[in-house]
Amino acid sequence: MQISSRQLDKTTIFDVSGDIDLANSPAVRKALLHEVRDIRTPKVVMNLSKVRYIDSSGVASLVEGLKASRDVGSRFILFGLSTSAREVLQLSRLLKIFEVYDNEEQALAAEKLI
Amino acid sequence: MKFLHPLRRGDPKDHNGDLSRGILLKLELLSDPSLLCAVRGAVERLTEALGFSAEDGRAITRAVDEALTNIIRHAYNGRPDRPIEMSFRSVQRQAKAELPASAGLEILLYDRGPSIERARLCMRALEEVKPGGLGLHFIQQSMDVVEYERANGTNRLRLVKYKRAPKQEVKS
Repeated sequence: MQISSRQLDKTTIFDVSGDIDLANSPAVRKALLHEVRDIRTPKVVMNLSKVRYIDSSGVASLVEGLKASRDVGSRFILFGLSTSAREVLQLSRLLKIFEVYDNEEQALAAEKLI
Repeated sequence: MKFLHPLRRGDPKDHNGDLSRGILLKLELLSDPSLLCAVRGAVERLTEALGFSAEDGRAITRAVDEALTNIIRHAYNGRPDRPIEMSFRSVQRQAKAELPASAGLEILLYDRGPSIERARLCMRALEEVKPGGLGLHFIQQSMDVVEYERANGTNRLRLVKYKRAPKQEVKS
């Protein structure tokens, strides 16, 4: 798995590629929590279009990112979910708690949901 | 790693019958998380070769991955050098009640960690939005049979997935 970040105004986009599993979900968690809690970026976007598989530890990392963003009043957005990634979020009934978009354009243009 | 099996291979007393019968694939690996991707790749290819649908193939792969993750995290406390053994076997379900006869895949996972406490096998409520505790839920949701057994110092998890009949097109 590889994770890199881009800055666009007040938004940080994480580009993730590969599988997110027990071997590397701690790296995802660390990057997310640093961006949300330490940097206090107002909008954090996860590009998952090149992520083929997410396991329960990866889902847990995303949930931690979401909870941290709620704690500091920022936004946490996902886009480009693969079929497999969408399935695990549906199985865990977490799909509806995330802000999810099909692509980057939609994710960046999205107004804050109330 | 023959020691992992509490029963001798081919022992007629084994309630699974001859363990070598119907074996499609055997894997022996260490409890190293970096090996999980290799196992997923093997399971994906196997389910394709056996004719499972793409959806069921993903379900089986997810269940095996989560089971291994649980062994690494809970049975071995994250130690990456402990043994895990897996076998994949063709099974057949006889027709009964409302369930049709169907071919399936049985997966047995063995580890030498301590006995799993029953309380730790409980799934958390999905209504709680919190990280963790999802692995067992994913396994239960993905497989038709999930059985845990402890014997002779070995934990054994048995997972079975049966093929589903293709959906019939309704003609008006």
